[in-house]
Amino acid sequence: MMIPACRLADLPRGEAHRLDIDPPVSVFHTDDGELFAIDDTCTHQDASLADGWLEGCEVECPLHASKFDLRTGAVDAPPAKLPVRTHEVVVEDGMIYVRVSTRAPNLPPCVASRLAKGPA
Amino acid sequence: MRTVAVVGASLAGLSAARSLRKRGYDGRLVLIGDEPHRPYDRPPLSKEFLTGAVGEADLALERDDEDLAAEWVLGTRATGLERTERAIRLADGSRMRADGVVLATGAAARTLPGSEGLAGVHVLRTLDDARALRDELARGGRLVVIGGGFIGAEVASTAYALGLDVTVVEAAPTPLAGPLGEVMGGIVSALHADHGVRLLCGVGVKGLSGERRVDAVLLEDGRGVPADTVVVGVGARPCVDWLEGSGVELDNGVKCGADGRTSLAGVVAVGDCANWYDPYTGTHRRVEHWTGALERPDAAVATLLAYGATEPGVPRPPYFWSDQYGVKIQFVGHAAGADSVTVEDGATDDRSFLAVYRRAGRPVAVLGMNQPRLFTRWRKQLTAAAP
Ligand SMILES: Cc1cc2nc3c(=O)[nH]c(=O)nc-3n(C[C@H](O)[C@H](O)[C@H](O)COP(=O)(O)OP(=O)(O)OC[C@H]3O[C@@H](n4cnc5c(N)ncnc54)[C@H](O)[C@@H]3O)c2cc1C
Ligand code: FES
Repeated sequence: MMIPACRLADLPRGEAHRLDIDPPVSVFHTDDGELFAIDDTCTHQDASLADGWLEGCEVECPLHASKFDLRTGAVDAPPAKLPVRTHEVVVEDGMIYVRVSTRAPNLPPCVASRLAKGPA
Repeated sequence: MRTVAVVGASLAGLSAARSLRKRGYDGRLVLIGDEPHRPYDRPPLSKEFLTGAVGEADLALERDDEDLAAEWVLGTRATGLERTERAIRLADGSRMRADGVVLATGAAARTLPGSEGLAGVHVLRTLDDARALRDELARGGRLVVIGGGFIGAEVASTAYALGLDVTVVEAAPTPLAGPLGEVMGGIVSALHADHGVRLLCGVGVKGLSGERRVDAVLLEDGRGVPADTVVVGVGARPCVDWLEGSGVELDNGVKCGADGRTSLAGVVAVGDCANWYDPYTGTHRRVEHWTGALERPDAAVATLLAYGATEPGVPRPPYFWSDQYGVKIQFVGHAAGADSVTVEDGATDDRSFLAVYRRAGRPVAVLGMNQPRLFTRWRKQLTAAAP
């Protein structure tokens, strides 16, 4: 599934754009000009990684400082223990698209149980 | 370096062990801890663990696939450090020589004198403490929390969510005035009243009453607050008694440089037991926060492996979070030196705002309530502006 995210011109370097799909996905534009997409929700608790601290190819969770590698989704240190999914990013005619992975996401327990119950 | 011993097997000790391996140390690595448990995460102990939302398995700090090729000596207390051979004495009578030592013994909850042996009185620092408190809170009733600091406030918030009748007693006129300043301390602690939790400020505790089990907290003004359960949340003291006479300089914990070096060569200190030199303030500070215990061991390990011949990097300003009544509280920097605090975004009445502390016009600290995105931006800015 290819989902349009935003125009490349509207996403400055060092910024992230969150797609409000379920579960949400975020596109990061690094200071070096690279684009990456990962699941937006931290695997530890319900925090948005788009709100986090982007440095190089890593984003630090805004709450408890676990860092995720944008290239691989891998997490560096506790409290999060599971990686996030990565997604393919395609730019066409100045528009950023995300091809969402078909793998199962690693959602934190509080979010996973909410999703399992269905929309409130 | 052929043997490194890490004393204290919790967050700071584990982070030091990880950093040793990441930096290429391939010698013998021993982790000594007096708790029987593998390293576990403490913050949930006052939050989701007490409500049952997370279990013991979720507290583990290690990943399932992680192997540090370390020897774990758990359930054994270190009782002394011999300076000449850098040997660690253990409570079981054994002795272990090491080329490098990482001191990571953390802190222990302060207790209330005279409360020993009285059932229903708890402190909260360890998993065993939390298990006991969780079972007690499950019985419901009236909880009195002594101390309106972060741990006390979190326990009050969690117990309120569990349906208990909660009172918080705080000796200072405003809770959290130390870390947050008077104004913001007042705003954050107003969360108690929002939820019908009683907050009694400016009055000390004289003692507890009860025969075998506590039945009331006695205040210095003569009042008594009936209680089925009491939690004493009056801070923690660094676990450094075992280092007396070792030659490691002690002063409110292990006195150490910005790079973790202590007064003994080959010995560094990390985490809650370490009284670091803070280049921001030019003083020593013991920072009892999770993120510091996670991040700073890397600098200490670099010092250890380089035999002290490293320049310490500038640490990020201290950061901590707290969760109370469903509100995310985040703080970075130093409130102590500030001469003004202004709300830059949101409204304090909504419990969703961002406040900036300044000294002579320069931002020195930032407080956020339910503002993770803005908070991160400010935190970045504050870090970039640091000396
Ligand atoms: C209930 C609770 C909630 C918290 N919530 C937050 C929060 O929301 N946000 C935040 O930023 N911080 C929070 N903290 C603080 C954070 O958990 C600590 O800063 C962190 O645990 C410090 O890690 P440490 O490894 O230095 O020390 P500790 O975690 O205290 O570990 C030290 C270890 O050393 C062991 N030890 C002590 N003496 C000896 C000895 N002589 N020999 C062998 N072993 C010994 C101890 O038993 C312990 O296992 C919380 C703390 C608690 C207790
Ligand atoms: S919510 Fe991301 S590290 Fe805790």
